[in-house]
Amino acid sequence: MSLTTMTTPPPDPAAELASPPPSGGHLPGPALFVGRAFRSLWSNGKARIGIVILTVMILVAIFAPWLAPHSPTSTSFKPYQGPSSSNWFGTTGNGQDVFSQLLYGARVSLLVGLTAGAVATFVAVTVGLVSGYRPGFVDEVLSFVTNLALVIPGVPLMIILAAYIPNRSVWTIVLVVAFTSWATGARVIRSQAATLRSREFVTSAVFSGEGLFRIVFREILPNMTSLVAGSFFGAATAAVMAEASLEFLGLGNPSTVSWGTILYYAEQQNSLLTGQWVLVFAPGLAIALLATSFTLINFGVDVLSNPRLRER
Amino acid sequence: MALLQATDVNVTYQPGRGAGVWAVRDVSFSLEEGEFVGLVGESGCGKSTLGYALTRMLQPPARLDKGVIDFAGVDLSSLDGEQLRHQRREGIALVLQSGMNALNPVRSVGQHFRDILRAHARDGEDTSPAHAHDRGAEMLASVDLEPSVLGSYPHELSGGMRQRVSIALALSLDPRLIVFDEPTTALDVIVQGAVMQTIKTLQRERGFTAILISHDLGVVLDATDRVMVMYAGRIVEDQPSAEMLSGQHHPYTEALLGCYADPRADEIELGGIPGSPPDLSLPQAGCSFSPRCPLAVEVCRDVDPPLMPLGAGRAACHVRAGQVTEQRDDAHV
Amino acid sequence: MSEDRPTDDGPVPAGATPVNRSAVAPMEIRGVSKVFTRRGRGREKLVAVDDVSFTIPPGAAIGLVGASGSGKSTLAGMITGSLRPTSGSIRFGDIEVGGLRGSGLRDFHSRVQMVFQDPYGALNPLHTVEYTVVRPLQNFLRLSATEARDRAHEILQTVGLTPTDQYAAKLPHQLSGGQRQRVVIARALACDPELIVADEPVSMLDVSLRAGVLRLLTDLREQRGLSLLYITHDLLSARVATDEILVLNKGRVVERGVTKDVLQHPTDSYTVQLLDAIATPAR
Repeated sequence: MSLTTMTTPPPDPAAELASPPPSGGHLPGPALFVGRAFRSLWSNGKARIGIVILTVMILVAIFAPWLAPHSPTSTSFKPYQGPSSSNWFGTTGNGQDVFSQLLYGARVSLLVGLTAGAVATFVAVTVGLVSGYRPGFVDEVLSFVTNLALVIPGVPLMIILAAYIPNRSVWTIVLVVAFTSWATGARVIRSQAATLRSREFVTSAVFSGEGLFRIVFREILPNMTSLVAGSFFGAATAAVMAEASLEFLGLGNPSTVSWGTILYYAEQQNSLLTGQWVLVFAPGLAIALLATSFTLINFGVDVLSNPRLRER
Repeated sequence: MALLQATDVNVTYQPGRGAGVWAVRDVSFSLEEGEFVGLVGESGCGKSTLGYALTRMLQPPARLDKGVIDFAGVDLSSLDGEQLRHQRREGIALVLQSGMNALNPVRSVGQHFRDILRAHARDGEDTSPAHAHDRGAEMLASVDLEPSVLGSYPHELSGGMRQRVSIALALSLDPRLIVFDEPTTALDVIVQGAVMQTIKTLQRERGFTAILISHDLGVVLDATDRVMVMYAGRIVEDQPSAEMLSGQHHPYTEALLGCYADPRADEIELGGIPGSPPDLSLPQAGCSFSPRCPLAVEVCRDVDPPLMPLGAGRAACHVRAGQVTEQRDDAHV
Repeated sequence: MSEDRPTDDGPVPAGATPVNRSAVAPMEIRGVSKVFTRRGRGREKLVAVDDVSFTIPPGAAIGLVGASGSGKSTLAGMITGSLRPTSGSIRFGDIEVGGLRGSGLRDFHSRVQMVFQDPYGALNPLHTVEYTVVRPLQNFLRLSATEARDRAHEILQTVGLTPTDQYAAKLPHQLSGGQRQRVVIARALACDPELIVADEPVSMLDVSLRAGVLRLLTDLREQRGLSLLYITHDLLSARVATDEILVLNKGRVVERGVTKDVLQHPTDSYTVQLLDAIATPAR
């Protein structure tokens, strides 16, 4: 039948039958959950690649002092040099080693990406949960604020904020990025929280005498972990790109060593014209790779919340 | 000549990780033209899976492992793609549990009829909207709906009406076999009776062959000519419906019958069945019902009984239909 | 592989200590109505419950019967304090249920509990059985972790989920429908309530499992002197579980009386419709 498409697959008998008791005895709920979550992620091909890339970058960032052949800031080399045996990726216009800068730069990008992503997600979860769980005045106010934050264009706002804040540092950037990217997550989390609120196990928790905080954080939030994780990786991706953009535009602290500042100086010193395309492509590729790793991991997070996808 | 002959149908669910579930095990039966058969069982017995297998609607991870499904001389299990679509036009229709899920929410009822007629039109057939309208009105009348329903969207109709629309759509291609999968379960209890009555009347008047899949033995015995009881993926009993209310039957059937009673009776004894159905991801030894069966004897645990003649039909029970004498087995208590 | 001991229809051991029932209050519902106003164009009013009055004496088993849309679930919501009546009063002893909020409502829940319809939805998929049963013990009875754990195992024993150690560690997806419903009942029992409101507790269970759960409810009533408000559209289970029933049609009580009498001699056409809707294999 062409039109009676089967939207509901045949009932999975495995889900209906009582399965044998778990071997290994009494595992606490949360530990079991995290373990299972990581295993699910790892079993997903795309997520596994993302995890590997991210791990490599984190290791590079941590061990940069040991991996980098030179100090990233010392201007002891001849400027505008192409790749050579001592400077694998050449030198900048200030006589600094590009390769070392690249390795140290991972620190800033990772820090900003993960921190800004975390802060944005934290705000999104708080706002989303509160407004999703309690319909009424609070919800109206928070929804309005969320919609306002969604409507204002993020990048121009970021630029303005960054330009006017007197103290230029990495933390400025973290705050600015987090401030402009929490709204999308908040919206999604709110609607999920609103759905979960009317689930019977939440009503059941109320009847068990659970208070507001326990219901929100022990009943609803744990059932939203894949959504929150997905939101986090999405925000982290946006944060990495935003940070690089801000620094490229010169709105960061020019003395920081990061992939964005490498691009800034490359632009300032017309690296493409001087034939030093490595200064453009290397950091650009690194930024793209980091952002991609987050996105790949997000594929796995999707699978976490939809067990049917796991079976393919 | 049997319209539908299923031989050794087996379906497994094979997820990417973990054990596979053997959901339908060695099912064989035949259906005559014009018969109205009920397929009854509880959660996890495999009845819906079997229904989907017969209509070739299984989706991964479910797989038709083995088996021949002979429909009017054609082996459905070997068909694919365009051949299958053609067969659907000629032969089999499926009515699902929830009208809301089966109908496209953004298309009106009339558009549904147009879609289905156009999709399955043979060369030279009239596919004009006018023809679809007439045919649609005709079909809706047969399920006691006004032609004005053609202009409605699914969300504007009540649950009972949506289910009637599903039935009308199924009828519009004049199928030889219609499989109803729990057609009234999602409906309000009072509407259930009316829709079931419509199905019964239609089957009698138009004479199509029908399979009614349901967990409700009462509904099935009321509507059908013949009942097949499923347990743990197998057919354990196959009887004319009229014979089910008396005489001896498979112990599971008898236990199931004991779970129903007339609320108006003076004394009510409501039965239950202790225990749970077996885990079909594990290999099965012997009769699957034996752990819960009050009549079980030694051979029941070792040998899986085939369907053997019992009364006017067949049952898969060593004690009732086989040659084993009934003994109280102390070890079972 | 099934469990060695049948649990879905097993005997219910009498292990509970009967609570002092002299303090148990009747639940009195007087002239209660609930009108929902739909926001948006037209401001349509939906009368879900229309002037319903009845009493649930201590230890009684009363049935609320009707099809969907009859108002029975709305009425249940008002009786358990989840919804406020538009008019009328619901008194539990000297407490006006409609006015309860905050901690008053919490205390009320320790006396009036609910058993839900959907065993799959009423349990948080991430919490073990033990957690679900322990929480009301910690919240209402203020038991320590060890005390609560022991008491939880006693309750699991009472509802027939034995061996309790095995079941306590399980997650909902590892249980069958009947077992989940027993966990839901265990949770409701934990704080030793006086009244249990059961909303279609067996409708989503296979027929073979229903007798066991209904028998459990009846046994618990007898052992503990609980009152039971049993809400359903299924007259057969109402017959088994209740002594008196009220038939609701579009929010109004159209018939009431001793269950057996109403079913054998219905006076209202709606009741007759409900009876006819049951296709019973008459043996």
